[in-house]
Amino acid sequence: MHELSIVLSIVEIAENELQKAQAHQIDKIELEIGTLAGVEMDALDFAWEAAVKNTVLAHAERKIQRIEAQARCLDCGLVYPIQQAWAECPACGEFFNEILQGKELRVKSLIVS
Amino acid sequence: MCTTCGCETNGKGVRVVKLKKYQDPHHHHDHDHSHEHHHHDHKHDSTDTKEETHNQKIIQLEQDILQKNNLLAERNRGYIEAKNILALNLVSSPGSGKTALLERTIYDLQKEVSIAVIEGDQQTNQDAERIAKTGASVVQINTGKGCHLDAEMVNKALRELKPESNSILMIENVGNLVCPAMFDLGETARVVIISVTEGDDKPIKYPDMFQSAHICLINKIDLLPYVNFSVERAKDFARKVNHHLQFMEVSATTGEGMVQWYDWLKSKVQAEVLV
Repeated sequence: MHELSIVLSIVEIAENELQKAQAHQIDKIELEIGTLAGVEMDALDFAWEAAVKNTVLAHAERKIQRIEAQARCLDCGLVYPIQQAWAECPACGEFFNEILQGKELRVKSLIVS
Repeated sequence: MCTTCGCETNGKGVRVVKLKKYQDPHHHHDHDHSHEHHHHDHKHDSTDTKEETHNQKIIQLEQDILQKNNLLAERNRGYIEAKNILALNLVSSPGSGKTALLERTIYDLQKEVSIAVIEGDQQTNQDAERIAKTGASVVQINTGKGCHLDAEMVNKALRELKPESNSILMIENVGNLVCPAMFDLGETARVVIISVTEGDDKPIKYPDMFQSAHICLINKIDLLPYVNFSVERAKDFARKVNHHLQFMEVSATTGEGMVQWYDWLKSKVQAEVLV
């Protein structure tokens, strides 16, 4: 349900940028969302539909770039893909890891005209 | 829709209420009233998109979507640090005993350190009223339809609460193991509470919350003989998610293990004062 707050934050960012650029409309918005960002994509879609109505994003094309999560094993140093925060190292079986990427939640770019 | 909770204009929004200091019922005044502020920013700007041009411009932004929350959280953190306040964000499922734990902690520590409380719930002042009876200062935030506290709500609550310097601020988040994980409130540390009446696999079912926490309180340990909950299994699961997590086993009902929690709180407040 926090996906709605996230979409509303995106709308606010887009409104600010549109105003700063003194453009008329937003044609495209590109987001980067890591697979461990804590965002459920179905919930985001659902919230998006409702929340962008009558806003600057109502007619904008939305592109989402997913960033696959990766961690580095703190024991053997192997970098490996993870599906969740608790993932054992495929080489040494250790659970202690440092998450390198996958928690991104960003507006990457906007195309305005 | 409002930007805080996503409610419609006619819906109930976020409400911040400071409860009156609890007074002995015999000295009660009849003009008891709490003042409420309705904080509602309704931005329904729509931009005129009729004009078509082909002059497209790319804005490379790379902006964190939660930046606004995070910036406000840092402002809260600055205020909290400047006043040497130990601010704890208490998160858990509903019914883990957060409020009971707070009541007991306040009763047991109030002679040694001042504790103020921000209560977050979707509706009602029930929890804040319980806290007010301990004599502690308390502000209730009702999130309306929202599922978590955010930095803006806490900022408003701090203005109402005006916590003392060198004190403890307990922020009881909305009972929810999912959404509050994403929102920094400006706290010093995050405390996740799990009770033994829940499953011991909660840490891997809700990893985001356990990953973002610093302290894990395992509450209701007086009920361990009656439930199928393994403390060691829960800790193992939690360590897989977050190997920095520090555990304390407590019972807010019987007081078992609470000394460890109190020692930790006192050491943190003292450490901050020394800085």
